[in-house]
Amino acid sequence: MRELRIHGRGGQGSVTAAELIAYAAFEGGVFSQAFPAFGVERRGAPVQAFVRFSDEKIRLRSQVYEPDYIIVQDPTLIGDVDVFNGMSTGGIAIINTEKPDFDSRVPEGVKVYTIDATTIALEELGVPITNTTLMGAFAAATGEIGLEPLKNALRRRFSGSMADKNIKAAERAYNQIGGAA
Amino acid sequence: MLEFMEGSHAVAEIVKRCRPQVIAAYPITPQTHIVEDLAQMVANCEIDAEYITVESEFSALSACLGASAAGSRVYSATTSQGLALMFEVCFNAAGMRQPIVMTIANRSLGAPLSIWNDQQDSISLRDSGWLQFYAEDNQETVDLHMIAYKVCEDHDILLPAFVCFDGFILSHTYEPVAIPTQEEVDAYLPAFNPYQRLDAENPLSFGMYATPEYYMEFRYEVDRAQQRAKDAFIKAGREFGEQFGRDYSALVEGYRLEDADTALVAMGSICGTAKDAIDEMRDAGKKVGLLKIRTFRPFPAQEIAAALSGVSTVAVLDKNISLGSGGAVGTEVKAALYGSGISVYDYIIALGGRDVRKRDIAAVVDLAEKGEGDMFYGLRTEVL
Amino acid sequence: MALRVGCAAPPGRARDNKTGAWRVFKPVFDPETCSRCGMCAMVCPEGCVRETEEGTFEPDLDYCKGCGICMEVCPKKSIRMEKEEK
Repeated sequence: MRELRIHGRGGQGSVTAAELIAYAAFEGGVFSQAFPAFGVERRGAPVQAFVRFSDEKIRLRSQVYEPDYIIVQDPTLIGDVDVFNGMSTGGIAIINTEKPDFDSRVPEGVKVYTIDATTIALEELGVPITNTTLMGAFAAATGEIGLEPLKNALRRRFSGSMADKNIKAAERAYNQIGGAA
Repeated sequence: MLEFMEGSHAVAEIVKRCRPQVIAAYPITPQTHIVEDLAQMVANCEIDAEYITVESEFSALSACLGASAAGSRVYSATTSQGLALMFEVCFNAAGMRQPIVMTIANRSLGAPLSIWNDQQDSISLRDSGWLQFYAEDNQETVDLHMIAYKVCEDHDILLPAFVCFDGFILSHTYEPVAIPTQEEVDAYLPAFNPYQRLDAENPLSFGMYATPEYYMEFRYEVDRAQQRAKDAFIKAGREFGEQFGRDYSALVEGYRLEDADTALVAMGSICGTAKDAIDEMRDAGKKVGLLKIRTFRPFPAQEIAAALSGVSTVAVLDKNISLGSGGAVGTEVKAALYGSGISVYDYIIALGGRDVRKRDIAAVVDLAEKGEGDMFYGLRTEVL
Repeated sequence: MALRVGCAAPPGRARDNKTGAWRVFKPVFDPETCSRCGMCAMVCPEGCVRETEEGTFEPDLDYCKGCGICMEVCPKKSIRMEKEEK
């Protein structure tokens, strides 16, 4: 079983990202589970969402404490929350930041991918909602979900031009990380 | 066929296929997504039902009670403070023998205010006469709704039921679920055939005044119907298994209990985490198993005693606290095992959304095997 | 820290929770063109726009979440939203 923990803020779409990543994984033929850890239910407050991937039916209901993967939607969280907590060698972190030389208390053996998802989201969607962009980065960095199932997941969630714009944002991130990975 | 969806949405989908004729509910976290989905389905004419919007949970269940008495299959959903507000109507619905099915997205009760999960809400209504079924995952949640209607509407039973699933932990979790088709549901659950109903041509009153010469006998009849509901559940669960391949013909379900020395007893989603923890403890050579209670009402005391007859130690996980006494499940399990010589310990755990990990389950087993129990597990003593 | 009986708390505790890190865009106020109408302070959902000694207005960036409502309502267009580097 592999586990993903998403760190974001209310309104950035962390819960939706977890749902769509898990849906894409399910479409890809594995059992998956997505769920949120709500703190206070308001825009901007730190939130976490989780995804599990497994070849067998998933029974475990606890939150994710030793993630194989993390996505950090907002780099300002890193001061408030120990986003790397529980990660170990072989882990993969995807971090939204404008600073590619990003360096913070990264545990040994954890591979960090940085991406300026806010700029991509602003350019493609016109709003700083980075979840779909980071899903593209996650797909490329981990191989846990494919680009096609991801596009299907986005089409299931969004319709018309909104789907196209989100797919474009995800693809840009996928290609950018794909080059690095 | 498995589909990937949120637990609340899965509930709405199966409720739709159970063809309720009247739905009355008041939105409250974490039940909200269920009633939002159902309101949408009614607005889209996907369900041929009357959706009665109300100003409170008291009114929601009152509307359901009236509609049920008028001969409709009815549905509601609530949680926590909403269920507390329904307290009076709950007792009346059971006493008037109305087969209402209501989903409880289990949540703690204030104060302090908490939106997170435990099972205090439904367990606090344990004396109301409602049947109470607890689901481990979203598939079981879906399936128990169909079984609940079948059991409740049985003319030998005629009682309302809570289908309980853990708020957020199941209600907000996306996972694969098989939703039976409308044809499959219709084949399992026949159209509602009311035992008696309000009818202007043949007037009737429900819940009449009972003098001391009669009150006890009416209460005895409700209790007898609860007892009969055991067999009705087993029968409905077996029929479900025959049609859908998922068997629910047991009020309790053992997991790796065969040669266990120590057994955990639990209800709801914590059973999933407990099973994973048990697999790890088994790998480490510990003889541990789990007994999952599916029907808290009627309480399966004999079934529990039979299932646990081979163990020496029992650890009950209680996601509730009867303040001033102990966990409600633990108290009843102790009564069920009275005189057996088995050591039974109760653990108040996971109140107000405190997360439970596999290592917590293992720690409870260690405590029970050391003879330490009847306590709150996992208290943050540094804030006390 | 001992728990207070009854989960009771005095007012003002939300001050401990600085919400300024939540912004993507920050409001920049231009006191030169400000007409001092005070609409920005009135609509701010965080209540973090305050009047200066000169009678113009400024946001408290420790709490401003960058919602931009002040910019929307400003009749003189004296407030603009500027992306902050993170």
